[in-house]
Parts: sequence; structure tokens; C-alpha cells
Amino acid sequence: MKVVIDRELCQGHGRCFSIAPSIFDFDELGNGVVIGDGSLDENTVEMARLAQANCPEHAIFIEE
Amino acid sequence: MTFKAPVQDFATDWDHTDPRWVANPYPIWDDLRERCPVAHTERYGGGWFPTTHEMVSEIANDVEHFSSRLVVVNHNKFPEGAPPAPMGGAPPITSDPPFHQIARRVMLPALSPGVVNALEPQIRDLCAKHLDALKGQEYFDAGSQYAQFISPGVITRMLGFPEEDEDLFREFVHLVLDLIDLPTEQRVPLFEPLVQYFTKQIEDHLENPRDDFTSYLLNVQVGGKRLAPEHVRGTMVLTLVAGIDTTWSAIGSSLWHLASHPRDLERLVNEPEIMGLAVEEFLRFYAPVTMARTLKDDFEFHGCAMKKDDWVLLGFPAANRDPAAFEDAGQFIIDRAHNRHAAFGLGIHRCAGSNLARLELRVAIEEFIKRFARFELADPQAVTWAQGQVRGPRNIPIRVGS
Ligand code: HEM
Repeated sequence: MKVVIDRELCQGHGRCFSIAPSIFDFDELGNGVVIGDGSLDENTVEMARLAQANCPEHAIFIEE
Repeated sequence: MTFKAPVQDFATDWDHTDPRWVANPYPIWDDLRERCPVAHTERYGGGWFPTTHEMVSEIANDVEHFSSRLVVVNHNKFPEGAPPAPMGGAPPITSDPPFHQIARRVMLPALSPGVVNALEPQIRDLCAKHLDALKGQEYFDAGSQYAQFISPGVITRMLGFPEEDEDLFREFVHLVLDLIDLPTEQRVPLFEPLVQYFTKQIEDHLENPRDDFTSYLLNVQVGGKRLAPEHVRGTMVLTLVAGIDTTWSAIGSSLWHLASHPRDLERLVNEPEIMGLAVEEFLRFYAPVTMARTLKDDFEFHGCAMKKDDWVLLGFPAANRDPAAFEDAGQFIIDRAHNRHAAFGLGIHRCAGSNLARLELRVAIEEFIKRFARFELADPQAVTWAQGQVRGPRNIPIRVGS
């Protein structure tokens, strides 16, 4: 499983990296970025889902 | 002030300055959402008010049909000498693409989480200073004696203006807010002292560059060129207008909520770990900011025949109460886990100051409840709310308990 941020949709609300700082970070404009290759395991997938459920722009996708 | 006919039906004649809307807009919006869901008015030269989250989002993302050139609804649309598109008077909020992206990119690095989070100790000190002044008082106004000091203090420091000028900005913001109904020719001269103040600060910063937002704007280059002077000034004015009463309204509404909901106050005091969630719920439930758009051309929107230059009041606060987007939308749930609120807007104009606003809101509440673990409204009937497109309590008379 992998998490990705659609850079076209992200507007930098900053919810993902506040909720799940081990999975997401921000770039110099404050837009969200995925740390590393975004691979998720059973310990991190819930956090990624929570971030997804709070993204106002629906910019986070989890690929099974 | 001009006399206004009372609203008969908000569905066909809405007015966001109607006293009922100002006092408590939420039942009005809920009713419109079920009945319309896009309300119309002939006031202000014609305008629309969508109430669902989906429609608000659709319009915010449709920059092809909806322009940001004017974002504050008024009677005097497109007056002579109005700042032209694409920059508008206060870039980037009044700019449309493609210029918008340039103006926004200029601001974002200076307001990114990394830069903003470094301000936390300063903001804490500022809150502590104003709380010290309230020590020993049983009754005080948590609005005019606390909330309304925080954001002017933060913005003054950010722009690199002398701290003692904070009060000037509090007065300026009151001016902008309270005199909204005055005709333009009476309003403009009132801004003259502020224009002069900015000129003085810009000159001073040109002579003595320092590490602040004003110097940053004066030096930043886009495509090898510095920003035009009216761009720098417009962005400074915007920072003041967008950063001050918005944030004090959010702080004020949150303290008002805690003063009138003792169980939520108790939870927040006892479970500091839910503060992050609570801040998002304060923002959702009491979203202070409503912005406007104007129609670029005639456009058919979900069966509404919108006309060129019509207003659209973009109700982010109404979107935040839409049951189709939030479970138990009408209830304040202090630890709501799924909260895709739109308090900072949606799409390309997402609040550039949202990282700073959240930080101020969190720190201001944390410091307040650290000093006062118990407080309640001393006189609930005395609380009045600001009219216009930024909603928050003007006054919060409270009594603190032991
Ligand atoms: C709780 C406090 C705040 C709220 C609720 C808020 C809300 C908003 C909203 C809804 C927008 C979108 C406007 C639109 O779509 O037309 C916006 C834009 C903006 N806000 Fe805020 N704001 C807050 C605090 C601040 C602060 C502290 C600053 C600056 C330091 C700021 C600077 C801006 C700027 C520059 C824009 C324009 C962004 C653009 O057009 O790209 N705001 N704000």
C-alpha cells in the first residue's frame, strides 16, 4: 500500500503533516509532500487514512 | 448609514447585514440549504448565496467564470478608478489567474509552517503579557481586553513595525469594519493616515533592511524583477486586513464557546492532547470568514441564471454546517476526528496565513485556559456579533471562577 498527494489538487491547508508527521512533510511553499516513497504498513495506514479524511481538497490517495 | 428594508424572505431577498443574520445566521442557512439551495437577492446590484459544501467548493474552484477582483460585497460595485484585474487592490486575494499565482507564490514561503512555527515563543509571550494585565480581575471582556490584542500584536511584529503601533492597527481594523456602509468619498480620506504610515515604514525599511515581512516583500524578485510598489503596499494592506480581525474573531468565538459550554471547557483543560482537534472544530463551527466573487459573464449555475457582474457570496461558514459533508453538522464535537472544513477557503485562494492563524488560535486558547480553568459568560445577552463578512463576537463579558 502506498500514499500519494496529488500536487495539482493540494493547496497547502497543512492538515496531513499536522495529523501524520511521520508520513507527510511540507515543501518551501507549505504544500504537503509524502516522506520517502509513501509505502504504508498496518501500523501507518490508519494515520494515512485519517489524514485523507481531513484533507479539504481531497488531494490524498491511498493505492491498495 | 442608509435605511434598509427588512428582509421578508432570505431565499429571494437575502442580506448578510440583516440583524437576524448577524445575530444568528445558522438557522437561516440551514433553512436555505433545504429550500433553495442557492438564495438570490436584488440588493447590492444582484447576488447569489449558495449554501451547500459542494456548490461552494465548485465555485471556489471555477476561476473561469467567477472572479476575485472584488471580494467584499458592497453597493458601489466597480466604482470609477477601481483597481483593475488581474492584480486588484490587494494581491493575491483580489487577483485572478495567471497573475494570482505570481502574487501568491511571493507570500507563501514567508508564511510556510517552518517560518511561522518559529514565532510560537513570541506569541506565547504576547498572550502572557495581556493575561498578566487581567490578573486579579473577576470580571473582564475576553474580547476587547484579550482576543483583540493578539493578532494585531503578531502582525505588527511580522511586518516589522514598532510594537507601540499595535493600537493604530486595532483602530484601523475597526474603521474598515464599522464604517462599511459609508459612501466611498467619505471613507477614503479616513485611510489617509494609514497610507502615510505605510509610506513611512516602506521608506524606513528601504533604508534599513531587516529580517521581517516588509523587507522580504521589498526585496523579493519575480523573474529577475522586484515587485511594483503598489503590489508591495497592496500585499501589506492585505496582510493587515486579512490577518487581524479574522484571527481575533476566531479566538473570540472559541472563548465565547468555552465560556458558554462548561463541559467542553473542562475537557480541554483536562485533556490538552485534544487541542489540535478542538482548534479544527472551532474553525469549522465558527468559521469567521465569508468571501465574495463576481460573475465574469452570464452563466447558468445549477439552474440559476447568473448575470455578468452579479455577486456570489461564498459562504465557507455555511458549507461547514452542511449535513451532506459533516456528520452531525449542527453539533459542536470538540474531538471530531473527520473534519474537512473549509474555514480557510478552498482552491487556489486557500488562506495563505492559515498556518499562522492556527498557531495563534491554539496558543491564545492554551494560555488563556492555563490562567483561567473556569470562566463563564457574565451576561450572555450583552454579547453582540460583528456584521459583514467576518463574523465574531465584539465583546465577551466573562466572570472567572476559582
Ligand atoms: C482564523 C483566521 C483566518 C481565517 C478564518 C482566514 C480565512 C481566509 C479565507 C476563507 C480565505 C480565502 C479567500 C477567498 O477564497 O477569496 C483567506 C485568504 C487569505 N488569507 Fe486568511 N484567514 C485567517 C487568517 C489569516 C492570517 C493571519 C493571514 C496573514 C498573516 C491571512 C492571509 C490571507 C491571505 C494573504 C489570503 C489570500 C490568499 C490568496 O488569495 O491566494 N489570513 N483567508
